[in-house]
Amino acid sequence: MQDHTLFSKHSTSDTPNSSENVAIAPSKADRIIIQIEDFVLSDEIEILEKNNDEDGAVVTFCGRVRNNNLGQKVKGLTLEHYPRMTEKSLQNIITNARKKWQLGRITIIHRVGKLLIGEQIVFVGVTSKHRGNAFAANEFIMDFLKVKAPFWKKELTETSETWLSTKVSDTLKAQEWQHE
Amino acid sequence: MINVHFFAALREQLKCNEIKLNAASPITVKQAKQLLVEMHPNWQQFLLNNSLLTAVNHELVEEDYVVNLHDELAFFPPVTGG
Repeated sequence: MQDHTLFSKHSTSDTPNSSENVAIAPSKADRIIIQIEDFVLSDEIEILEKNNDEDGAVVTFCGRVRNNNLGQKVKGLTLEHYPRMTEKSLQNIITNARKKWQLGRITIIHRVGKLLIGEQIVFVGVTSKHRGNAFAANEFIMDFLKVKAPFWKKELTETSETWLSTKVSDTLKAQEWQHE
Repeated sequence: MINVHFFAALREQLKCNEIKLNAASPITVKQAKQLLVEMHPNWQQFLLNNSLLTAVNHELVEEDYVVNLHDELAFFPPVTGG
């Protein structure tokens, strides 16, 4: 488990003693992993549940590569990311989720590199005392991961390799949280 | 000196992962783009694309943000992960 004991924001624009610029320390219960390798769902659920008797709810989401997009047959994907910014962006999303709901453990795993049909791309797991917070936070994390975290998908079809465009529906989904 | 990184479709369009920008003093993101276009005129059509996102030291910023010397500047298309 990652152990974040201290987290401070370094920026020349930071003003000391301004509450807006004080970063909230990431929880020790946060795991953020970017990897090429696959992950095992049951192992991830065990990490969320082990020695965690205070949380009654465990909500997990797993995104996979599907064989079609916009009417085209898809063979696979190549995923690129911006190392270090990705982790920072995902940590910001988790921090925002923790401000909105009381949550237990949070895991985000995102794979990069070449992925074939049916392979797992992303995992988000959230625990909380009752189901409402874990359901909402899991969806919130995925909605913002889609529009904020610096990952890019290149789709491989029989005839071409194409960088995907952002979906308007994803942008709108993230915007909906502003009205919550 | 400002380190500039490019990602995904933009990296392929420019055929460049990373470039060093010689700047004597802090400059805005907009000025950094103009300097890059002066160095590589054929980059104009890609760098002046309005949908392009900019990050400085791993945080998203706007065109008027001031980039300090030794900052890490990055340009990339809208993200499509998940």
